[in-house]
Amino acid sequence: MLRSVSDFWQDAGWPVRGAMLMLVVLILAAALGPWLTPHDPNAVDLVNRLQSPSLSHWLGTDHLGRDILSRLIAGAGVSLGSVAVTMSLMLLLGITIGGTAGFLGGRADQVIMRLTDIFLTFPTLVLALFLIGMLGTGLVNVIVAIALSHWAWYARIVRSIVLSLKHRNFIHAARLAGVSRLRLFTRHLLPAILSPLLVLASLDVGHIMLHVSGLSFLGLGVSAPTPEWGVMLSDARQYVWTEPLLLFWPGLALLLSVMSFNLLGDAVRDRLDPHLQLELGH
Amino acid sequence: MSLLAARGVHHGYRRFSLVGAGRVTPVLESVDLDIAPGETLALLGRSGCGKSTLSRLLVGLETPTSGEVRFEDRPLQNLAKTQWQALRRSVQMVFQDPLGAVNPRARVAEIIGEPLEHLCELKGTARRDRVVELLEAVGLDAGDADKYPQQMSGGQLQRVCIARALAPRPKLIILDEAVSNLDLHLQIRMLSLFEQLQREHEVAYLFITHDLRLVERFCSRVVVMEAGRIVENTPVTRPLRLTTHEGRALQDAVLPALPSQMRIAH
Repeated sequence: MLRSVSDFWQDAGWPVRGAMLMLVVLILAAALGPWLTPHDPNAVDLVNRLQSPSLSHWLGTDHLGRDILSRLIAGAGVSLGSVAVTMSLMLLLGITIGGTAGFLGGRADQVIMRLTDIFLTFPTLVLALFLIGMLGTGLVNVIVAIALSHWAWYARIVRSIVLSLKHRNFIHAARLAGVSRLRLFTRHLLPAILSPLLVLASLDVGHIMLHVSGLSFLGLGVSAPTPEWGVMLSDARQYVWTEPLLLFWPGLALLLSVMSFNLLGDAVRDRLDPHLQLELGH
Repeated sequence: MSLLAARGVHHGYRRFSLVGAGRVTPVLESVDLDIAPGETLALLGRSGCGKSTLSRLLVGLETPTSGEVRFEDRPLQNLAKTQWQALRRSVQMVFQDPLGAVNPRARVAEIIGEPLEHLCELKGTARRDRVVELLEAVGLDAGDADKYPQQMSGGQLQRVCIARALAPRPKLIILDEAVSNLDLHLQIRMLSLFEQLQREHEVAYLFITHDLRLVERFCSRVVVMEAGRIVENTPVTRPLRLTTHEGRALQDAVLPALPSQMRIAH
């Protein structure tokens, strides 16, 4: 594991190395948030509101006098955490539903995949907004809504991989060896599904992060006092002409992390996709 | 009593569709076949005539569209769970392409150990010992147990597959072109192992093959298939004499082993 990471670092160009560093910073910020923040991210100080960057407040303060750097660091945890939960939920739904369809085949497959097609026909944001409308606002509901509006792509990929593997002889051989259906799926099919699926997921992480922040920006996700980048952007809106830096910092944090995830996702795909490797002549 | 039998088996592949009935492409038509304990049978036929489909039906990997496959005179559809286990233990198969027939993420010990675990309930060191015993029986080393399939040659891997099929001590082994990719020396070694098992445990074999020398030397009965039907089912004579048009066409298509046997038309 460690060796493959260091190999990856060796082969990567500077944008990918930058992305990896950025993600390390982000993960550290998320994990060590409470110990890193120079100020309490929720401490209101109306006397010192809308301060410019200074030595005590490196990135300045917002309209309630809260320290922006502290809020950015605390927001990393919320963003990364919600992305991780959303992603796991999507993968779980995709693997279970797509895997069942591909594994059972026939009529069951047809019925499941036509239901999946219904989810695929809606624009994801519209579907997510509709689901939040039904479930109500809040971070948990936003996560559920995003997962429910995105799993169908994963289900389709999983199904097609299962279909292509199902009639391979090593699966036949495992059945002849008396392996039960569940074990056949977990032991022989799942490992083969996981690597292409992780590539797809790493390409999607940035997208999901934007979704969470976007919905929070609209006031549907994380509620007001919690530090979250989308909420910070939303709070800063009214000061766009007088204090544009208030918008700049959370925007920059979002831009850098989404871009890092995308760059890394591309690099992982190039590394793991055997077809691309053939074309590149590795 | 036959060990495994096909009775009026028809099979086709249907394309499923939500609206209306899908079209069915027939692959097998009214196939009857009996395999007795301890018998050595050869199945000949051109590519695409349904040999492999028939073998998948016989081991119960697929269910025929109509007709039935019977294991010890009980139709496969009616088998209870314990009887399925008995079928799996009794009938094993070796596939044509060894690299496709093993999980690339499993070690040789796990590949051979899988039937031992699920069919024979062997655990821990007992399983390990049996794996080594099987590896040695097919001419591999105990050290090969920890290798991954990618680290082995095609011939070695084919012997791993043969070892896996032998693992639950089956009464019938179906070999789909399974010795044809071994060199002559290894072929002879595998065939003598098969003969020994046949003498000691009355194991039956179904060879799906193109190799007529193998049929002549090793098999007692030959079945010829053409376009999903069995066209000839006859005891093997030495030299092999097939009477039907399809059988002779197959025989003529194969080059004789030695050039002197070639009849040159003047």
